[in-house]
Amino acid sequence: MHFNLRSAYAIYRREMARAFRTAFQSILSPVLTTSLYFVVFGSVIGARMEPVGGVPYGAFIIPGLLMLTLLGETTSNASFGIYMPRFTGTIYELLSAPVGVAETLVGFVGAAATKGLILAAIILGTATFFVDYQITHPVLAAFYIMLVAASFALFGFILGIWADSFEKLGIIPLLILTPLTFLGGTFYSIRDLPAPWDAVAFANPIAFLVSGLRWTFYGTADVPIAVSLGLTLGFLALCVTIIAVIFRTGWRLRE
Amino acid sequence: MNEPILSIRGLTKTYRGGTRALDNVDLDIRPGEIFALLGPNGAGKTTLIGAVCGLVRPSGGTITAFGHDLARDWRSARARIGLVPQELSTDMFETVWRAVAYSQGLFGKPHDAARIEEILRSLSLWDKKDAQIRALSGGMKRRVLIAKALAHDPELLFLDEPTAGVDVELRKGMWEQIARLKERGVTIILTTHYIEEAEEMADRVGIIQGGRILMVDEKHAMMERLGTTEAVIDLAVPLGQLPPEVAAFPVELGEGSTRLIYRGGTGAGGGAAEVAQLTQALTRAGIAYNSIDIHDSSLEDIFVGLLGEQEVPA
Repeated sequence: MHFNLRSAYAIYRREMARAFRTAFQSILSPVLTTSLYFVVFGSVIGARMEPVGGVPYGAFIIPGLLMLTLLGETTSNASFGIYMPRFTGTIYELLSAPVGVAETLVGFVGAAATKGLILAAIILGTATFFVDYQITHPVLAAFYIMLVAASFALFGFILGIWADSFEKLGIIPLLILTPLTFLGGTFYSIRDLPAPWDAVAFANPIAFLVSGLRWTFYGTADVPIAVSLGLTLGFLALCVTIIAVIFRTGWRLRE
Repeated sequence: MNEPILSIRGLTKTYRGGTRALDNVDLDIRPGEIFALLGPNGAGKTTLIGAVCGLVRPSGGTITAFGHDLARDWRSARARIGLVPQELSTDMFETVWRAVAYSQGLFGKPHDAARIEEILRSLSLWDKKDAQIRALSGGMKRRVLIAKALAHDPELLFLDEPTAGVDVELRKGMWEQIARLKERGVTIILTTHYIEEAEEMADRVGIIQGGRILMVDEKHAMMERLGTTEAVIDLAVPLGQLPPEVAAFPVELGEGSTRLIYRGGTGAGGGAAEVAQLTQALTRAGIAYNSIDIHDSSLEDIFVGLLGEQEVPA
């Protein structure tokens, strides 16, 4: 398979430059929002809460808050990255260039995932100012964060191709991802929910992601880490397959 | 004759909804030429360019560029093709330099600052290299699009309405730039509404209407074959009818019988000589006249005439 590294790097570099050009919106805004969560739920309310599964409440909510930002931002970044060229017409250049699905994904999705990772690092750094925590499996945590960032950047890419208006672009992150993350055990353990809501909560795929990241942090979670990893990898594979089909058929890209 | 740099056979495009934008188009482009594709709005010019450049999925037919079948070896072919779109589509918040450097990288070329500088200088954009594109005038934005298209040194360049909305002075400047590209060996295909642009620059002209190529020919050959001479003779006294010695010429009376209008000859000449004979015949017949206005038909006259013929129902 042919892969043009220079093309992929050109896309990646431009997308990263776009993020730094809009640093307030891309980086500062989500970090500020997450910091407020840490202050309110971690320091103020968290100090009065019982530990959850042996983990102090302030530390318990870190993986969920991290996931909340990671999912929303990587999805929005990737969707915006491909939607804007479609909206402004600059996609002509990408379509007429000697680049295929691989270069496009490495460029757009790689940049969105990188931005997600930068955000995650800043959020974790910020968290140390408000709560004490230690990561039990740091390497696995880093890998899992990368996996989730890449998966949702791919998802965002699909969203950016599907959307034909700014409204549609915002619907999924705001009306689906954010509520599902809140209800996916960000602020509580799903096992603490009364029946039948504990079972209902597991119909929410985001619950498995939050649980997986929490396991890498504290070695304890609502579902086994293998299940979370398997689901995330499956979601990534599904997104890659959908994007490959989009490029082969030209859906919403080529007339 | 050299092998065509671009060869299109049976190209058809039917959009969803049934609009047939291209209908069995055959076209060969020769290396190093400037080819002007003329046609009214909706004729299929932009669709044809889009099909070659990968923006439009053809419904049928084959496109071969540099000997590569575009359906299979699209990477090799696209790396050698440049496109300047009709719309001013570019990231308005980027600087000129970054925009051109991005295009260079996107097409797989290593970063070459010297080449970017050369392109920007040749397009009089060097002073604006650090300016955001949104701060530039319309003409400069169009030149940025040309700079982006040239960043990977294409051998085949598509210019879709390159001078649309550009003032006369700038248009002439662009013609000079296009001529310089031709001197460097770049093959250029341009679409335009300004027939004088094609008349000024093109080696060959293709006329497209309703998705079909009506005619392709050398510009001079087309003008010789289809061109005519028109002479308007302003008569001193209105004529009731044409005397026999004048009626033998291809003439008619116009505007209250005070004008004698001659249409004849060919683009290769002959018309002017016949007009001279006509004036002698008028003198012999004792018909006085005040002035003669004579001109050869332009490419625009031919273009309008051809399209007019097509619109007449069979």
